Amino acid sequence: MKLMKKTVLAVAMSLATVAGVQAAGVSDDVVKIGVLGDMGGVYADIAGPGSVVAVKMAVEDFGGTVLGKPIEVVSADDQNKADVGSSIARKWVDDEQVDVINGAVASSVTGAVTKVMTAAEKITLIAASASHAFTTKACSPFNAHWTYDVVALANGTVKPMVTGGKEKWFFITADYAFGHALEKVATGVINDNGGSIVGGVRVPLGTTDFSSYILQAQSSGADVIALANAGADMVNALKTAAEFGVTEMMDVAGLLVFTQNAQALDPAIAGGMKLTTGFYWDMDDQTRAWSKRYMERMDGKIPSMAHAGAYSSTMHYLNAVKAAGTDEGKAVMAKMKETPVEDFFSRNGYLRKDGRMVHDMLQVRIKNADERTSANDIFAIEKVIKGDDAFLELSKGGCEFAMAK
Amino acid sequence: MATFLGINLFALSGQLLVGLINGSFYALLSLGLAIIFGLLKIINFAQGAMYMLGAFFAWMALNYMGINYWAALILVPIVIGCIAILIERFLIRPIAGEDHLYSLLLTFGIALVLQGVFTHLFGSSGLPYKIPAELSGGTKLPFMYLPNYRAWIIVISLIVCGSTWWVIEKTKLGAYLRAGTENPQLMQGFGINVPLITTLTFGFGVALAGFAGVLAAPVYSVSPDMGSSVLIVVFAIVVIGGMGSIGGAILTGLLMGVVEGLTKFFYPEASATVIFLVMVIVLLIKPAGLFGKEA
Repeated sequence: MKLMKKTVLAVAMSLATVAGVQAAGVSDDVVKIGVLGDMGGVYADIAGPGSVVAVKMAVEDFGGTVLGKPIEVVSADDQNKADVGSSIARKWVDDEQVDVINGAVASSVTGAVTKVMTAAEKITLIAASASHAFTTKACSPFNAHWTYDVVALANGTVKPMVTGGKEKWFFITADYAFGHALEKVATGVINDNGGSIVGGVRVPLGTTDFSSYILQAQSSGADVIALANAGADMVNALKTAAEFGVTEMMDVAGLLVFTQNAQALDPAIAGGMKLTTGFYWDMDDQTRAWSKRYMERMDGKIPSMAHAGAYSSTMHYLNAVKAAGTDEGKAVMAKMKETPVEDFFSRNGYLRKDGRMVHDMLQVRIKNADERTSANDIFAIEKVIKGDDAFLELSKGGCEFAMAK
Repeated sequence: MATFLGINLFALSGQLLVGLINGSFYALLSLGLAIIFGLLKIINFAQGAMYMLGAFFAWMALNYMGINYWAALILVPIVIGCIAILIERFLIRPIAGEDHLYSLLLTFGIALVLQGVFTHLFGSSGLPYKIPAELSGGTKLPFMYLPNYRAWIIVISLIVCGSTWWVIEKTKLGAYLRAGTENPQLMQGFGINVPLITTLTFGFGVALAGFAGVLAAPVYSVSPDMGSSVLIVVFAIVVIGGMGSIGGAILTGLLMGVVEGLTKFFYPEASATVIFLVMVIVLLIKPAGLFGKEA
């Protein structure tokens, strides 16, 4: 018995030495990517299972191995709850050798997850969240914020409207962190460009009936109603605005509209509305080629910007692991920031010091019924916004570690 | 513009009307629940899912079979009533003698399964459904623009709620129903088929939710979680009105729509909570509910 104990100890010790030697290469002999997201709730269509598919596609396209070690993908449902998200992240990094997390959708969940990952010195690829906090106040050397953020949305959608003469704004804002952030940023853009805010309401998440708020907006004398909400809330608000004849009197600006949301709206209601997006599947041959492969795996459902961002960020991460010769967080992040990001999703992209992936954004218009050639023909691209014009400048963000030196 | 204490009266009347429209939905949904609880003592947590099913069936009928809104308004509740009858016959009846908790858990499970299946099939973003051409457009009232479809919601809900109340409270059929639940053995002794009445009542109560679902499809997003978000509010309304009180459910539904509407006007942040606040106060002062009989 004693002998056995000794043997076990010896084996354990020699294993530990082997692991120590390999620290520069791939930890635990596997590169494990955890995809975290809302798998069955309100954000399931815009990220969720589609993001898992996108990440798996990236791994397959990369070849399934890196530095001679296999790449594995695991996924979990965070139910849009910050505590659920952070405990999954903790379990993944502590017990299951997960090296990087791609995902977390609701900004509150992402905030909790990035804290866990930063403490473990591991990277979070943020492909679906909106808040710009992850590269400003709550920035971390381990965050890479990929697809879009509230600043890019506000700059892309609000600025041209204000400078075009739509000066008086009324806000319908989702009453939680994301809505508040979007409202605050958009308000800044409006004020800076000579516009003014004539009123606003903060609406609890998941409100079905917006008629009361639409009436208030109507009597406010605003030129534009800004919808600082997302998903079903945005769809319901816009439907009600059209029903009450508001869309004929004033403009409605959807500040965060995913392709899937636009698809859920009757073109008679939403046609003509302008919005900003980080990606559109039908932009050119490259986007169409990738989207076609995605759609084959997703029963013909088109990808959202979050799905494309999940693929792009995973691919960039794996390339960086290969270039760095290790999966150690700091070294990989350094490589990611060194290398430009250029693929079907990201045009003229680069990962800035503060973790913001700056790339060209698209200003699009929702097509009217007579312009559409198929059910997936949703946006007409009006303008490409240069990344540096869309996103917040590094010096204005207040990210401490990136501003130092 | 007319004002009173600094409040714009025109704007206020608009809000009252809008509140009444929402109240009509609440009334329809809580009426179904109240019938099922009041007559059968089943707490039906699947009522929200059936409302969702109503909206989805209307969408499917239009897109797969070309059945228009008007036909769907009649056909969908019948189909949903039939589904409810099957559920009652094969799932609920076997546990009829057990504690209320069993039927509550069973119906809650059914709701989760339905919601999951529809999320899987149609996604969570929602589907578009057009307002029927006959009811599109609106009327300019002195204080607001009233979409015709919203006016239709009030009218049809009041008709359906009113006639249901009348049948249950004032007719012979309603008397059989009430007696059958009061003392089933005695009624069976008189040659009345009580199990059949029970099944049909459950079917009708659920069909009301399906009806509300069709009515909601053109104005709200047709999505898998539309039922779960409204169900909790509707339960609160039934509790405020007095569990099982038919007239109480209708009146409280309308009243709570207005209370919620006014909250949206004066303090929108509280609009999701105000009904529960009312519920707490009512339970403290009158535990049986506004229209309930003390046990």
